[in-house]
Amino acid sequence: MSALATETHSLKKAPSLSALGMTKTFGAFTALGDVSIDVAAGSFHALLGENGAGKSTLVKCIMGFYSPDKGKVMLDGAEVTIRSPRDARAHGIGMVYQHFTLVPCLTAAENLVISRADTPAIINWAKERRTLDAFMETMPFRVALDAPVSSLSAGEKQKLEILKLLYLDQRFMILDEPTSVLTPGEADEMLGLLHGMCDRGEITVLMISHKFREVKTFCDRFSVLRRGRLTGEGDAKSAPVEEMSRMMIGDTEVRERAARAVQAGKPEMLELAGLCAQDDAGLSAIQGVNLKIRGGEIVGIAGVSGNGQSALVEVLAGQRVLTDGEITIRGQLFTPSRGNFDRFKVFGLPEEPLKNATVPRMSVAENIAFRSFDKPPIASLGWWMSKGPMRTRAEELIARYRVKTTSPDAPIETLSGGNVQRAVLARELSGDVDVLIVANPCFGLDFASVADIRSQIMEARNRGAAVLLVSEDLDEILELADRVAVMSGGTIAYVSPIEETDRNIIGQHMAGH
Amino acid sequence: MNETISDGALVTALIAMLGGAIRVSTPFMFVALGECLTEKSGRINLGLEGSLVLGAMVAYAGSFLTGSPWAGVFYAGCAGLVLGALHGFICKLPKVNDIAVGIAFLSFGTGLAFFFGKPYIQPQAPRLEAIHLGDWTGDPRLAQALEVNPLFFVGVALAIFMWWAFRNTRFGLIIRMTGDSAPAAKAMGVSVDLVRFIATAIGGFLAGIGGAFLSLYYPGSWNQGLSSGQGLMAVALVIFARWGPLRCILAALLFGAAGALGPSLQSVGISQGYYFFNAAPYILTLFIMVASARSKAAAREAPGELSITK
Repeated sequence: MSALATETHSLKKAPSLSALGMTKTFGAFTALGDVSIDVAAGSFHALLGENGAGKSTLVKCIMGFYSPDKGKVMLDGAEVTIRSPRDARAHGIGMVYQHFTLVPCLTAAENLVISRADTPAIINWAKERRTLDAFMETMPFRVALDAPVSSLSAGEKQKLEILKLLYLDQRFMILDEPTSVLTPGEADEMLGLLHGMCDRGEITVLMISHKFREVKTFCDRFSVLRRGRLTGEGDAKSAPVEEMSRMMIGDTEVRERAARAVQAGKPEMLELAGLCAQDDAGLSAIQGVNLKIRGGEIVGIAGVSGNGQSALVEVLAGQRVLTDGEITIRGQLFTPSRGNFDRFKVFGLPEEPLKNATVPRMSVAENIAFRSFDKPPIASLGWWMSKGPMRTRAEELIARYRVKTTSPDAPIETLSGGNVQRAVLARELSGDVDVLIVANPCFGLDFASVADIRSQIMEARNRGAAVLLVSEDLDEILELADRVAVMSGGTIAYVSPIEETDRNIIGQHMAGH
Repeated sequence: MNETISDGALVTALIAMLGGAIRVSTPFMFVALGECLTEKSGRINLGLEGSLVLGAMVAYAGSFLTGSPWAGVFYAGCAGLVLGALHGFICKLPKVNDIAVGIAFLSFGTGLAFFFGKPYIQPQAPRLEAIHLGDWTGDPRLAQALEVNPLFFVGVALAIFMWWAFRNTRFGLIIRMTGDSAPAAKAMGVSVDLVRFIATAIGGFLAGIGGAFLSLYYPGSWNQGLSSGQGLMAVALVIFARWGPLRCILAALLFGAAGALGPSLQSVGISQGYYFFNAAPYILTLFIMVASARSKAAAREAPGELSITK
């Protein structure tokens, strides 16, 4: 704390920051072209944009991870040179990353003390605890100091990350999608607290986000980036959402969303009865999951990540052993094996498709053939595989699902995230689908891909498939699902038709109330 | 009458086992502490067996050439340090697997020791002196069992120091940080590679000292069959001790006692199943590996960056 004490003159004072004419090119690609933003002291500023719009490049230039080709950073009106994150830290600019940078095995107190630049070689814990407790007294929120970080919830970790910045006296904060791992309740609490601290002039916040609702509710101003250019800025309270989204997306032509066909009274297709499974550490991951899904229905499973959704998808995909319970499809017992996936027409789109649904170094054509390589026309006599029909089929699907690839023979890992997802969709949805299991299908994709993939899922539903959609994005569930189920603590805590519920009720169940 | 004899034999066997446990455990303890330090920083060094054997040879040669066993101990540590540093350096290169490099260093260290150690198999080098803790008892068996090498106490003190340092020093916290989350360490401006390099080098130093104990105290001579896999068993021992330095002492004593089982039974005339009892440490290793592979608690305490837990 000694370092903080010497800098008391800057304590409780929020800086202003402007980035002027920032330009950064990677080879021929302009990641950032002449972008200027101005964040006033004590304001809560939102930075909006799709994936790849240049938001991360901009903040990385400010933080000193990249050196911009052109442009300068002004702090409190004076130009500063930031060559490394260490320089940024020295100037009181801190960042909370999407992936936590806390060390799981250290306690909160240890994490705070070691993050300081001047940690003494031998730590006097009695003295450190006194200063930490005094520091915590002045904070609007608390975190248990002696618990290992691995035992904290995502919300507490996020709070600790912000406390860490304040502890280091970094009063210009850059937050990279800070609410992506929080429940709506936790997110609102967190943003409310930050908003209050901004209002009191204690901090200045620049928040990367693409949740309009949060920006409208908590932010003062916003800047929008698209394809490395500043496409708009304005007052967050008064600008309408349509205008913000137009600035973000531009006039890209988006495929028409499939209409929701009425599918009443279809029979039950998929039934999960009392599913139980353990996680890798042998603790109960899901316990007693019961759910029935009819044909032509999308059931969305909402929940904060880590409440058993991944384990559920893994159980259905045969990646995790079922310790108890039964899966039935059309009244028949289903055990996840390749033969049964085929027989019961079960298809899946797991999260992180490059990792869970493809072999990254095999070609696009081969990856697309994973479900058909041992059947005619690709295989003859049950074992002889011919490349010709495989390639023809792949070319046809690549065209139909608009997968952007240099060739069907390119390794699938060379494709962008959205195109990997499209290739997997092409494989899984091209046939007759009875049951479709989808997990976070649009995570990390750009707006056009998102619309495309959602409409494919909707089309599968309209053709009569029972769709289980697991998603951490509540908006996605509200958009697609016919019914919503909330997973909390490894079990389904709440089920409701979508028209009889709303964001608040779902949020409360997500938080376990 | 018969009973008193068997009672006496039992006491003799137990005392012999206590003394044996202390003797046999010392090299285990040093290698385990070295491995514990390396693994805490997020890397596995299977090559410590090589450092151990090379350390044993260098210690013996050093003691023979200088006439001072403690100089031998120091040279042994340095030999281990060099091997550990090489391991640490090679693992810094991109796409290098620490386990494969470790196995290479296991062979390299042993081979080097055998190559340079040939001339030192015959001559007698000065050995380390024990501290006689049990002379006051007047019981020759106890007195012999309580002849403890100073290195044992050094090891215990080192374990206590490491336990304290992991919590209370900047370097200790940084080692735990690199071992548990390299991205977090990098975000704080810590050079993960450098920390792991230092930890692997120091780990090698400790393993070298463990080797010096083998050749300069117990069994107390240099030959090619000196280490019977202690360096590798120490890796199992660290997992059993769940990466806790203090628990490493207890685990080393347990392994030491298992190793002393055969000889101490022989000392009271039970030679049946001698080879079976001599195999006790290996059987123990096997059981510990099976048990800890199933143990969820061990999995939770493992450093997150280790290639076996990833």
